[in-house]
Formats: sequence, structure tokens, C-alpha cells
Amino acid sequence: MASTTVNPTRMELTRLKKKLVTATRGHKLLKDKRDELMRQYLDLVRENMEVRVRVEKGIRSANTNFVIAKAGMSEEILHTALMAPKQEIYLKPSKKNVMSVDIPVYEYSTRTADANDIYSYGFAFTSGDLDGAVQSLSDILPDMMRLAECEKACQLMAAEIERTRRRVNALEHVIIPETKKNIKYITMKLDENERSTQIRLMKVKDMMLEEAHKYSER
Amino acid sequence: MYKIAVMGDYDSIYGFATLGLDTFPVQDSQEAAQILNRLAESQYGIVYMTEGCAAGIEHEVLKYQEQLSPAIILIPGIAGNTGKGIENVKKSVEQAVGSDILFAQNS
Repeated sequence: MASTTVNPTRMELTRLKKKLVTATRGHKLLKDKRDELMRQYLDLVRENMEVRVRVEKGIRSANTNFVIAKAGMSEEILHTALMAPKQEIYLKPSKKNVMSVDIPVYEYSTRTADANDIYSYGFAFTSGDLDGAVQSLSDILPDMMRLAECEKACQLMAAEIERTRRRVNALEHVIIPETKKNIKYITMKLDENERSTQIRLMKVKDMMLEEAHKYSER
Repeated sequence: MYKIAVMGDYDSIYGFATLGLDTFPVQDSQEAAQILNRLAESQYGIVYMTEGCAAGIEHEVLKYQEQLSPAIILIPGIAGNTGKGIENVKKSVEQAVGSDILFAQNS
């Protein structure tokens, strides 16, 4: 295959041998990395699925609550009630390194400590269902944050696993066999050269003996 | 300090405003793409997006998938669950493992 382009010299042989050692070590390390990433990924993705199912269920019931709340009052009043939110959420993103993949860790804080600040309206003109709806949405917020963390981490890790797997496969099935083949080719070629040199010398010796003493060894 | 955004049609997302998340009602996919790009450039760490909204701008959403920030998370809208969110999780398993070995039997 690639042997046509290989230079059968001792220097090339040394270079290839070094390359083989590096490739083998790299292959082993990358394989370990892939296995560990995969182990962590599978745990994470299971959690991701669980949280997602929970969040989707929570949002569905919150949506139902909002529809009911909306039915109980006029649209204008609903819009006015939700127009100026009192609470604000700040996100403090940091990152964690998992097998050289940076995954996000979200810490969030609310502007005010009062849990009741999610109700940004007076209770006089709004229906009680709206309070319930807002409460149900507020209940799933921690899960939603966890979902964001998990899902992003899963996406990043999946991409990294795919990349690592490609590298492992390239090393295992292309680089390492090819280098081995080239090393073998060079060794054979060098041996062959050595043999041919030896034979040539023997022949020359024969010829010189023949010429000097009219004497043949054989 | 980073913030959290919610994108989608107004009816699906207006409730989130009470919690302190920033809501961005969108009408069509072109507007959604513009807003998403603007949010990604400014200080938004997480963007929750309704599945319906994301359906029109898949290309844009994919663009941010391998970046650390923002995390774009699909949530069901008021029209119901299209299963796109779960499908994405399965797709990520497929990308990592090669085939969906975890959740294939659940579907």
C-alpha cells in the first residue's frame, strides 16, 4: 500500500519504530479515555432522560393550569398581571472538567430571597388559579436547571466521545498496522541488501582467487 | 452575571416571566433565528426554547450545540409535546455510542 513511498534506510526504520511506540501508547491512552468518558456519559444521559421526562410532565401540567387561569379572567388583566415581574434570576455559570471535556455547572440565585416574589401582581383582580399555575411553574424550575446542565453536558460529551472513537479507530486500524507493515518492509529490504552484499563479496573473493592462483575454492 | 431566556410563542412562555426568566415571544423562524443569535452573543447562559420554535431553526440550534454557552434546551409548548426533546437525547446517545442502546425499547 504505502510501502512504495517508504525509504528503506536505517534512519527511516528508527523513525518508524519510534512512531509505532508513540502510536501504541496513544492508542492505549485514547482507548482508556473513551471507555471512561462512555461510562460517565451513560450515567449522565440516564439522568438526563429522567429529568427531561419529569420537566416535560411538569410543564404540561403548568400549561394546563395557565389555560385554566386564563379562562377565569380577561386577557387584559392577565397581561397586566404578568407585565412587570418582580423576581429575577441570575445565573452563575462555571465549568467542570470531565476527561478533558468542559461541562457546565449552573448556580443560580434570585434577586430577592422572598419565595413569594414570583407573584408579581395584586390578588384583587386575578383568579386564584393563576397563583396555582405560577406556583406549579416555580416548582419545576430546579429540575429545569438540572436539565439544562445535564443536557448540555451530554451534548458536549457525545461530541467528544465521537471524536475520540474516530481517533482510536484510526490508530487501531490504519496508523498502527501501516507502520508495522512498513517496519517489516524495511527490515526485509535491509536484510536482503545485507545478504546481497555478502554474496557479492564472496563472488569477488572467488574471482580474485581464481585470478591470482588459478585456484577455485569449490 | 448571566441570565436565562425563554423563547417561543407567547402563550407557551408568558408564565416564565413571573419566575424571573426573560421571555422572548417570537412569531416566525426568521425572527427566532435573529433573537437566538443576539442572545448567544449577550449574557445568556441558558435558552429554553419551545419545540415548535426550534423546529424552524434547527440549523441555528445545531450551531450552538458544541459550544459551552448558551445551552439550548427544548421544552414542550402549549400546543403539546412533539417528542423532539426526547428524540434529541436519543440522538446524542446514538452519536456517542453508535446506536441507541438505552432508550430504544421505550419508544
